[in-house]
Amino acid sequence: MADNGIGASVPRTEDQRFLTGTGDYTDDTALPHQTYAAFVRSTHSHATFTLDTSAASGAPGVVAVLTGADLAADALGTLICGWQVTGKDGEPHKAPAHPVLAADTVRHTGDAMAVVIAESAREARDAAELVEVRYSPLPAVVSMQDALAEGAPQIHADAPGNLCYDWEIGDRAATDDAFARAHHVARLDLVNNRLIPNAMEPRAAIGDYKPATGDYTLRLTSQNPHIHRLVLAAFIQIAPEHKLHVIAPDVGGGFGSKIFIYQEETAVLWAAGKVGRPVKWTADRSESFVADAHGRDHETHVELALDADGRFLGLRVSTLANMGAYLSTFASCVPSYLYGTLLQGQYTTEAIYCEVKAVFTNTTPVDALRGAGRPEATYVVERIVDQAAREMGIDPAELRRRNFIPSDAFPYPTKVALEYDSGNYRLALDRALDLAEYAGFDTRREEAKSRGKLRGIGLSAYIEACGIAPSQVVGSLGAGVGLWESGGIRFNPTGNVLVYTGSHSHGQGHETTFAQLVSDYLGVPFENVEVVHGDTEKTPFGMGTYGSRSLAVGGSALVKAMDKVIAKGRKIAAFSLEASEEDIEFGGGNFTVAGTDKSMNIAEVAFSAYVPHNYPLDELEPGLEETGFYDPANFTFPAGTHVCEVEVDPETGVTEIVHWVAVDDFGNVVNPMIVEGQVHGGVAHGVGQALLEGCAYDADGQLLTGSFMDYTMPRADDLPDLTVETTCTPCPHNPLGVKGCGEAGAIAAPAAVMNAITDAIDSSAIDMPATPQAVWRALGG
Amino acid sequence: MDLTGEFHVALPREAVFEALNDPEILGRCIPGCQSIERVGEHEFDADVLARVGPVKARFKTRIAVSNLNPPESYTLSGEGRGGAAGFASGSADVSLEAADDGTVLRYTARVQPGGKIAQVGSRLIGGTARKIGTDFFSRFVEVVTPEPPPEAGKPDEQEE
Repeated sequence: MADNGIGASVPRTEDQRFLTGTGDYTDDTALPHQTYAAFVRSTHSHATFTLDTSAASGAPGVVAVLTGADLAADALGTLICGWQVTGKDGEPHKAPAHPVLAADTVRHTGDAMAVVIAESAREARDAAELVEVRYSPLPAVVSMQDALAEGAPQIHADAPGNLCYDWEIGDRAATDDAFARAHHVARLDLVNNRLIPNAMEPRAAIGDYKPATGDYTLRLTSQNPHIHRLVLAAFIQIAPEHKLHVIAPDVGGGFGSKIFIYQEETAVLWAAGKVGRPVKWTADRSESFVADAHGRDHETHVELALDADGRFLGLRVSTLANMGAYLSTFASCVPSYLYGTLLQGQYTTEAIYCEVKAVFTNTTPVDALRGAGRPEATYVVERIVDQAAREMGIDPAELRRRNFIPSDAFPYPTKVALEYDSGNYRLALDRALDLAEYAGFDTRREEAKSRGKLRGIGLSAYIEACGIAPSQVVGSLGAGVGLWESGGIRFNPTGNVLVYTGSHSHGQGHETTFAQLVSDYLGVPFENVEVVHGDTEKTPFGMGTYGSRSLAVGGSALVKAMDKVIAKGRKIAAFSLEASEEDIEFGGGNFTVAGTDKSMNIAEVAFSAYVPHNYPLDELEPGLEETGFYDPANFTFPAGTHVCEVEVDPETGVTEIVHWVAVDDFGNVVNPMIVEGQVHGGVAHGVGQALLEGCAYDADGQLLTGSFMDYTMPRADDLPDLTVETTCTPCPHNPLGVKGCGEAGAIAAPAAVMNAITDAIDSSAIDMPATPQAVWRALGG
Repeated sequence: MDLTGEFHVALPREAVFEALNDPEILGRCIPGCQSIERVGEHEFDADVLARVGPVKARFKTRIAVSNLNPPESYTLSGEGRGGAAGFASGSADVSLEAADDGTVLRYTARVQPGGKIAQVGSRLIGGTARKIGTDFFSRFVEVVTPEPPPEAGKPDEQEE
């Protein structure tokens, strides 16, 4: 049992089907009489338009051509933003209408204007090319500075000045006062580059409608099928919730991009009702580049005030955050409540003030991407800390140590609205420095110099807030949803267990981790546990997976359900064993009368519950199935230190990462192998941002990095072997003591890489991605 | 991006200028031109097959002539709509200078892609535009020169 329990590196059970090509992805499904959808997308970033669909309608195989006018005729709702951020002026953010199909105006290249439904995918695409679009181009705004300038072209009539919101957090007066007292002020202008998510599996959706019953079914690539159902029912109003079944089967990566409710799945579901046949759409990679919500895209000015000893007196941050052309599903909370609230970092900074202007531009909408606001916050804090260290001549590790929140100061109320629950930042830093052989770095730098290479070392002491919660707090900050999770435990009469979770696995390995948890907690053999997720007709309403929440919130919901199962099992066992309930102990899967060898296995209890011949039916219902809902008391706060060591070739500007150390505090760990894999993936994601990935638009809003020819994803040979360790301060407020690990690498890595490069080239005048050209230029090339 | 080129034509300026406004000649010189017709005094509609990197499409192109200053200079502009492939618009300022043995034709052209052409072919658009420009003017020299030219237009090009 221990081999498969909590703390064991159990190989992932789901990998058998993933690695043998037998997974069940949306595109693998073909429904009888299925049709295929192709979208007509704007080639202009800002234009009014008219459509002539006559040629397309008459093309071979075409079943229907649907436009924004058809949507309007059906009085369908528009896409929504589920989090209302309130600005400095007390006014809610501007959330202009985001049509499912643009009716007369397009606002970014790739904006969908019509959908062609045909007998085959090829016929749908051919016919989509026959839709005649007459554009009247409008002036486009691409940069945030341009969008905010006086007289800039207006993207939405109801968002004057292209401003979505002007938001603030912290104490401006106290921060001003801190700067007035400062011995030294470090300043930086930073760009957090726009990223394109590029999950391995492109988005896909199949809408289905049964006229006989009025039931709709949507199979799609979703991280949160119940949220898709809720929005499509309550806001877009295609069908009520009880008439809409959403299935998110195997999903090949999400990174946030599959949280959102997009134009395409909405159109496909609606179209299925219009044509009375299933309608399938699978994005090609070119569509993914323009139609998946992008990530990051901040411009920030940051200032850090320090006293003569290097203590952080005040942090002042001013950020422009690009929202793109429309406000995506959770876009508004990313550069506000998931960003400004993390600017305390791991430090005792005495005063913090942050203001954020969220800006509309004629670009693809921007929303949460792995880390979502927290990588941006970490990048700001960790870059300015290094900058201050360099300017004041203090070792960067030492400067961090001087300012760490001490391990005995928890719970620690931050200056930016959070309460850190636990942590030991110094422990992680010191361990990381040991593993990185920080003390010997100067020798390595000299040795590299003898080879003509510039060697640098960079730290990133990051913190993140995971398992976004509690519902009442996020509700008071504008969230339109609760952020609890559900879990269900169903014993079958033969003693094996179905585990239902409202979390969703799209690569994280829930089927293994959750089975370990249940197996360990209930004492049921690992192979007798099956995890079910991703189907609104199978699992209780659930909130899905994002923000590294699955184990902390979804796992805790399972604990609630399991506690109910054990409580009921205790009653059943007491009756069968003719003992009092108080005398029944549970452990290792057995209910035992204390102090005796009278015992009953949980499988026997389950059988008794389903075949209740010898059973207290007058006081206990038959069956053994329980559901738990868990609403966390707080976020969890994973933290740690990553150390990156690089060598830069001054002749070419090429940066090679030569060593990487990650020491992370994720609280308790259920499966160390999966956790290490999550760290690997996260670091690769962050290294991609730091060195390779840079989304570029031209001045007219044309996406110039629209394929893998021009948008560089990280590859295995861009990374060294990673040294990964964990420390552990258990989360004090969830029953598992777990914190979350899925985003940490992506949060920590960019600052570690850039601090290493700035150390190597002795210049902070460089932004991400630090391509060879950028590094070479920063070196004066 | 500006593209420039220079060609020598063994014809007087007036003849060159006239040929540059002749849809029949334009149609023979525009690479991939399937058809061309005059739709206004200074406007032509052409159907052009073109490829930018991996994107191949038929472009419905409106060609317009403006800034007419015969026989010295004019501006040739075009906007091609390639449907799902996107669009490309461009213009070329053409000047004609009398030389001893004919005319020196110089042009400065700009091109702006949009849609899929920009998305997957932005890196290639410069090279493609340069090739289209060179092909157009070298064919033009071939077509209008009465006899086989001793030295068919040797492009002298650079990107600025």
